[in-house]
Amino acid sequence: MDMIEQAIRENSLVGAFAFVGLVMWLSIHLSRRLTFGRVHGSAIAIVIGLALAYWGGIQTGGSKGIADLELFTGIGLMGGAMMRDFAIVATAFEVHVDEARRAGLIGAVALLLGTLIPFAVGASVAWSLGYTDAVAMTTIGAGAVTYIVGPVTGAAIGASSDLMALSIATGLIKAIMVMVFTPAAARFMGLDNPRAAMVFGGLAGTVSGVSAGLAATDRRLVPYGALVATFHTGLGCLMGPSVLFLATKAIVG
Amino acid sequence: MIIYGTALLAVCHLVGVFVGNLLGSLIGVKANVGGVGIAMMLLIFARVYLRARGLMPSATEAGVGFWAAMYIPVVVAMAAQQNVVAALKGGPVALISAVGAVLLCACAIALINRAGPKPEDAAWRNGTVAEES
Repeated sequence: MDMIEQAIRENSLVGAFAFVGLVMWLSIHLSRRLTFGRVHGSAIAIVIGLALAYWGGIQTGGSKGIADLELFTGIGLMGGAMMRDFAIVATAFEVHVDEARRAGLIGAVALLLGTLIPFAVGASVAWSLGYTDAVAMTTIGAGAVTYIVGPVTGAAIGASSDLMALSIATGLIKAIMVMVFTPAAARFMGLDNPRAAMVFGGLAGTVSGVSAGLAATDRRLVPYGALVATFHTGLGCLMGPSVLFLATKAIVG
Repeated sequence: MIIYGTALLAVCHLVGVFVGNLLGSLIGVKANVGGVGIAMMLLIFARVYLRARGLMPSATEAGVGFWAAMYIPVVVAMAAQQNVVAALKGGPVALISAVGAVLLCACAIALINRAGPKPEDAAWRNGTVAEES
């Protein structure tokens, strides 16, 4: 047993490939046997991943889910930003250029709305629950855009670290909700063509949420959504500490 | 050679991230602005350009296709390292803001997509490298 553990520890990335393969296999069988294919195998795999992340966080007290356990450090590499972005870029190979071009403008509109709506909701909720100063409202509102925009904005306007933690938590809950509920809400959102996927990518934000949500809905829609969603964090970081902060300040003083 | 495809992908990725960082510092934001999206567009253009000149043999395509097909497993690994504990500890402000933002955005998506034109052709349905069962 020790020898097996040692082998995995010395080859952490290879271990991660084997482990994720096992999770995928299990998920596809659960999807077929329990739900008769109604719930996508990828959706189940993502939920299993999140459950493992929770378990890992409880076990280690760390911030990187199961990847904080010594045996699973390879998961951190495999699912880290580098590999995630590499795989997302690769999906662009399947994009049909005409489809993407036709939806370019509506994608940009969705992107703008996807920054403004979550910000307004986050800032209003913060205000109604007692965070009435402009810095706190802006930081929490920015967190509702994405969990990267939150702390970047907070740092730029001088928010305290517990406010930043709160805004990161807001963004994380949003990302996790998008991951889990997108397949179920796909029909309601009309998510069955590239144009719709680009609108979704702009409005739902967070690359992690969009990419996982679309992967669990229809793998072929992923590149269209991701193409727009990757601009989401940049736009949020641009608007958060500037336009949105000034607007909030102008409203609440 | 399969590595040509993977190398092409890697070069597009790096150039995209570089341009994204450059854009970020130009407009004074401490973040990468659309680097991955720029990389995706570069890869799309590279594919169109090389294919038109017959420089894209199937082995080269496989060098990109493998990584596109690895996408879902990578996303599962990503899910497994989210800070779920911190997200659940956020308290009512975080929870209500997030739920409110998601619900409102979902309605906005539904509104835009239902109002929009129906797609006339279904070509996007074909030609996925990663045909899952």
